[in-house]
Amino acid sequence: MVVRVELLFWDGCPSHPRALDELRAAMVQEGLDPGTVVVREIHAQADATRERFVGSPTIRVDGVDVQSPVGEPFGLTCRVYHRRDGRVSPTPDPADVRDALAAARAATIQTD
Amino acid sequence: MTAIGDHAPTFALPDTEGTTHEPGDAPATVVVFTCNHCPYALAWHERIVELARDYADRGVRVLAINPNDAERYPRDSLQAMRARVRRGEFGGVPYLCDSSQDVARAYDAKTTPDVFVLDAGGLLRYRGAPDSDCDDPAQNAAYVRDALDAVLDGRDPDRPQTPPVGCSIKWKGLPVITQ
Repeated sequence: MVVRVELLFWDGCPSHPRALDELRAAMVQEGLDPGTVVVREIHAQADATRERFVGSPTIRVDGVDVQSPVGEPFGLTCRVYHRRDGRVSPTPDPADVRDALAAARAATIQTD
Repeated sequence: MTAIGDHAPTFALPDTEGTTHEPGDAPATVVVFTCNHCPYALAWHERIVELARDYADRGVRVLAINPNDAERYPRDSLQAMRARVRRGEFGGVPYLCDSSQDVARAYDAKTTPDVFVLDAGGLLRYRGAPDSDCDDPAQNAAYVRDALDAVLDGRDPDRPQTPPVGCSIKWKGLPVITQ
């Protein structure tokens, strides 16, 4: 099985290029092909609701958010992340991204 | 649009307790458009509060203004602003509500945050981001500090303008679609 990595973004928020760079770097570190990341733009509120999109950027690994949103409404907004040291950031902590990728990869290996 | 060296728009806005604030005649005034829901504004927030604390003894005034449409973004409501102030998140920095969005429009503010530094005469001397990286606290709002140091020393800032970085201001009446 292949690990499915998605980055969903809204163009009204400027954080997605950096998030994508950090995601691809994490994929390389975890032995995954960074070219396989699926990048999808969320254009409208209806899309956000349908995709359960709580803000830009959202990164999902095998359908699971790398930092699970708790009670966040679906919508077109910049997403607030918390780094492991507690700082607020527009992008997820790269360590959280790596951990999510590693866990999915490990699960894939066990499945295979 | 106000250019560097032009008179910045004057304004009078209420803070979260209803007291009106205006730029006044401080040696320098920092006007920061900010908000509650944007990660860029939140990531830079403590650096702005520290700057206000560090420059208070030189008479610098810092005014934070929330221009966002609170109907579409309830986290930017006056109640939510007041809660942050009462938790002490702003130190002594007044947090002003631009509910008509007239001040943001007059300044041609683009993002939260978007920082404007005025001199004692009300002339715009810096406009842009607080520093080069919201994720690096060591940057310490260096762009604004450099501009303040220059203004307070009677010099022109070496870097009078940088691109503002952050969430787009949430204007009233605009559909929530991608830009």
